Amino acid sequence: MGTFHQDIEATIPALRRYARALTRDAETADDLVQDTLVRALRSEHLFHGGDARSWLYTILTNLNRNRLRSLARRPSLSSIDDNDAPDMAGPEAGGRDIERALALLAEEQRTALLLVVLEGLTYREVAEIQGVPIGTVMSRLARARVQIKAYLDGERPALRRIK
Amino acid sequence: MIERETPVTDDELHVYVDGELPADRRPAVEAWLANHPEDAARVAGWRALAEAIRARYSSTIHEPVPDRLTLNRIMRRQRSWGTIAAAAALAAFVFGGVAGWVVRGVAAVAPNDIAQFTAEALDAHKLYISEVRHPIEVKAEEDHLLPWLSRRVGTTLRAPDLGSFDLKLLGGRLLPGVNGPAALFMYEGSNGERFTIYCSRLNEARTAFRYDASAGFGAVRWIEGSYGWVVSGPKDKERLKAVAIAAYDQVEGRTPAPSRGSADQLISRRGS
Repeated sequence: MGTFHQDIEATIPALRRYARALTRDAETADDLVQDTLVRALRSEHLFHGGDARSWLYTILTNLNRNRLRSLARRPSLSSIDDNDAPDMAGPEAGGRDIERALALLAEEQRTALLLVVLEGLTYREVAEIQGVPIGTVMSRLARARVQIKAYLDGERPALRRIK
Repeated sequence: MIERETPVTDDELHVYVDGELPADRRPAVEAWLANHPEDAARVAGWRALAEAIRARYSSTIHEPVPDRLTLNRIMRRQRSWGTIAAAAALAAFVFGGVAGWVVRGVAAVAPNDIAQFTAEALDAHKLYISEVRHPIEVKAEEDHLLPWLSRRVGTTLRAPDLGSFDLKLLGGRLLPGVNGPAALFMYEGSNGERFTIYCSRLNEARTAFRYDASAGFGAVRWIEGSYGWVVSGPKDKERLKAVAIAAYDQVEGRTPAPSRGSADQLISRRGS
């Protein structure tokens, strides 16, 4: 196996983590990772050096965007989050809040936030993955943080937390 | 103290939290935070958020990687399908008209749209093959089967003759699909096994044959000329692959339908 393949192999656990947070569903996440790997190997000849890791993040990010677009054509599937069970108390409650807060974000904001905060990529790397200037990445991060704070502070009355 | 109070922008606070602030600017930002409790609270909130996200998802990284996501497995699958695609390309060449069989779509295909398409075809397959009395809507003997489905699906359809696989066309039905109406043809073997062929509009780049399996059933799909096709049947990859290649050759007009009796199944090549 060449270094290229070794680099890919080494990135799989992180890709699964990123996909899990993006999709908030283990099965969907692994499907996404599988599609990413298939695509990466198929277009291996298009990879001209550089960082295999950010290349894989780019593929996964694009595939996820396509996935969301096709889901958007099926409106019946998109409201499941809102009808979920009410917030629980206890250790799981925090995690569920995070999941819901992430679910509320626009796709490009969620992507930027997760790449920086969870995957530890630099603003420059995220800008390349998203194909936008660094300034845009920064404003996506800022908006994501404002929105999540508003959500956790209970701006959405239906889902207000009791503190 | 005044000179250290150079205004700190919001952007800088984010950059600071994300560890990208140049070292020489750190003291200024830290001094600013010491004097601006509201900003300090926001920064603390962002840090807590980052911690919470990491706490929620980091465990994934320690889970064992499932078999299907190992590189070896994925490469093996690609190799075997590459061989099939190459064989099909050769067959297409031999039977006339090379007409651009694209083996690898590196272009912007959205695999998940296609996965969804295949899933719908397999769902229809599972639902209708178990119907004893009403597996189809319109019988193969009825003349309007193909004109009707062709009109609704929006392309000139033909139902391949699969007689060489001991599969006889029972008939077809119209279904709602992801991108519009879909046609489902059902075939039955003398031993009772059933295959279906599903076709609907799918605006994606051409692809090679792809095999998917789900709960005892298998499906081979391809995309050509803005239409996707899925051949579903029992989970027997080799047989499905052979059926799919035969169906492809007839549907895409590479070879004539093999038997005379099937001439009435053939309307005309799509688009002509």
